[in-house]
Amino acid sequence: MLEIRDLHARVEGKDILRGVSLTVKRGEVHAIMGPNGSGKSTLAKVLAGHPSYEVTSGEVLFDGKNLLELEPDERARGGVFLAFQYPVEIPGVSNAQFLRLAYNEKRKHLGEEELDPLEFKDLLKERAQIVEMDAGLMSRSVNEGFSGGEKKRNEILQMAVLEPKLAVLDETDSGLDIDALRIVSEGVNKLRHADNAIVLVTHYQRLLNYIVPDYVHVLYKGRIVRSGGKELALALEEKGYDWIKDEAEESQPSAASA
Amino acid sequence: MMAQATKEKSSYRAAFDAMQAEDARCLPAWLLRLRETAMERFEQVGFPTTDVEDWKYTNTGAITKGAFAPVEAGARVELGAADVAAFLAPEASSRLVFVNGVYRAELSATENLPEGVVVADFATAFAGEHESILRAYLARPSDPEVDGFNALNAAFLREGALVYLPRGAQVSAPIQLLFLSAPATQTAAVFPRVLVVAERESAATIIESYASTDESRSFTNAVVEVFVGENARVTHYKVQRESEAAFHIAKTNAELERSGVYDLTTITLGAQLSRHGIGVKLAHEGAECWVDGLYLVGTGQHADTHSLIDHSSPHCTSHQLYKGILDGKSRAVFNGKVFVHKDAQKTDAQQSNKNLLLSNEARIDTKPQLEIYADDVKCAHGATVGQLEEEELFYLVSRGLHTDLARNLLTYGFAEELVEKIKIESIKRQLDEAILNRLHARLEV
Repeated sequence: MLEIRDLHARVEGKDILRGVSLTVKRGEVHAIMGPNGSGKSTLAKVLAGHPSYEVTSGEVLFDGKNLLELEPDERARGGVFLAFQYPVEIPGVSNAQFLRLAYNEKRKHLGEEELDPLEFKDLLKERAQIVEMDAGLMSRSVNEGFSGGEKKRNEILQMAVLEPKLAVLDETDSGLDIDALRIVSEGVNKLRHADNAIVLVTHYQRLLNYIVPDYVHVLYKGRIVRSGGKELALALEEKGYDWIKDEAEESQPSAASA
Repeated sequence: MMAQATKEKSSYRAAFDAMQAEDARCLPAWLLRLRETAMERFEQVGFPTTDVEDWKYTNTGAITKGAFAPVEAGARVELGAADVAAFLAPEASSRLVFVNGVYRAELSATENLPEGVVVADFATAFAGEHESILRAYLARPSDPEVDGFNALNAAFLREGALVYLPRGAQVSAPIQLLFLSAPATQTAAVFPRVLVVAERESAATIIESYASTDESRSFTNAVVEVFVGENARVTHYKVQRESEAAFHIAKTNAELERSGVYDLTTITLGAQLSRHGIGVKLAHEGAECWVDGLYLVGTGQHADTHSLIDHSSPHCTSHQLYKGILDGKSRAVFNGKVFVHKDAQKTDAQQSNKNLLLSNEARIDTKPQLEIYADDVKCAHGATVGQLEEEELFYLVSRGLHTDLARNLLTYGFAEELVEKIKIESIKRQLDEAILNRLHARLEV
């Protein structure tokens, strides 16, 4: 479904990704871990098409098509979803209005009839249960005055409504207390199925206790330096990132000097 | 320059003399005298120039040079009910319609009003029992500082709208006053005048609308006066969507009695050049006003709002929120002054002007001002100028919204506070259709 080949990207003139290669297949959950500043969030933003991030070389294929030549909205309608690390507040636009608009844009793209307000209300009510979202939050402005946990739940609610083929969750666990983490994780698990794929970007192993990945990759200095199964995350939890760093510096001295 | 101005003044003088002669027998003498005094004032001061501080950002030279001529009495434009239907607020059950300043009884509706409530054109009122009301309010000593536009309006005071609410009258359906500009043989200068008198404990909603039937040039110079009695409530919408070739100069003055409430919302969509002056006098305890507005302008448009909220009595409250959306090569001016006199203790005055620039070529000059001479007051003011936030845009497009839709949605979000304040559906819809690409319907939930 997703094939990233030797991807290089920069932001504000600074090279962040220095040759990322990753293949994600339908039905798989991949976790991208790594120390701060390793390029995890950059990878997430590049996949979503954030205009501040410039791809300097490499390619990304999504369902066999060149993802990088699509505008961010085309990527979204095509089934790519990014759950933001810091969800944006949109004053004056209610959550329900925004969700219906986004949902109907996707329906139109698929050649389906738009849902009217009543039909959408039913759908929203059902999906909101997935993340135990309070109905009161639907009539409030998007993310405005939401707690950290509510914002993250709102991201997963959007995922539940838009049903992407590929969901990239950027540090969805950050800033969550244990209850919110459980609700968000259970929500993601309910949305996980054989036809979609999920890429979890996270600094901590904690999230992976709840959303168990099929593969774990460690990103360091803009490259994937190690891949493994879920046991790799446990090893990181136990030993920290230092041993990975040391290993990476030894095997790739050029990265160390860069 | 001087010669041009003189010529302009004399062309108004010629039309004025003709009008005075024509009206000499049919209009009251006090009115003829009032007009003569006003004409003299106009000839003395002329149209304001950018040398005057209050007009620094708004050049009215195009009006001076515009060869506009007052519409002659009896000049009729063929317009039927079908032609004006699009400009009517369906919520209103009574209305007065003026075409190029001329009252059109056949397009108006003044039935269905509660006992004692008057909604009438001036000519009818001058001839009838309400002449004394007009005289009492129109013939008051005028402000010696009145500018050239206001003076010219008074000089050509002939047709207009009177809304009179006797004590305790409650008019539930809105009253619409529609001023239409239509193509005329000459480039028309029209001088709408509105007088609203709400006696104590009365309440009504007024929709004051300005529109053009086509894209032709016109010059509207309006003066609206609102008197809100003790415990009375006047809700006032001013919707200006004249053609983008039009010039629109308007003044709204309101005076509030004890515990009177005045709620003004202005919507500025049209005109090549528009200027709205607002003066609200809170001279009696417990009065409260809202002076809110939204201006939305695009390439070639200039919209200027100048307001003065004058607190001269204790325990009065004023709220002011003006929002501007500027697209293309447009320009707007906001100058809002809140003046709190020494005796106006316990004043609560909030003022805010927020602007959204959708293009790099748009320009806003904003100047919120507080002048406070009392020491126990709660006052705040502020102004902001911003553009659409890139991160907000990206968030929306990352959910599959096309860029145009995302921009529209953020623009809508910016205006929402004011759109939601409007309780008249047809005004909401006009805003929606004019600017938000019918987004409102798609946002229904």
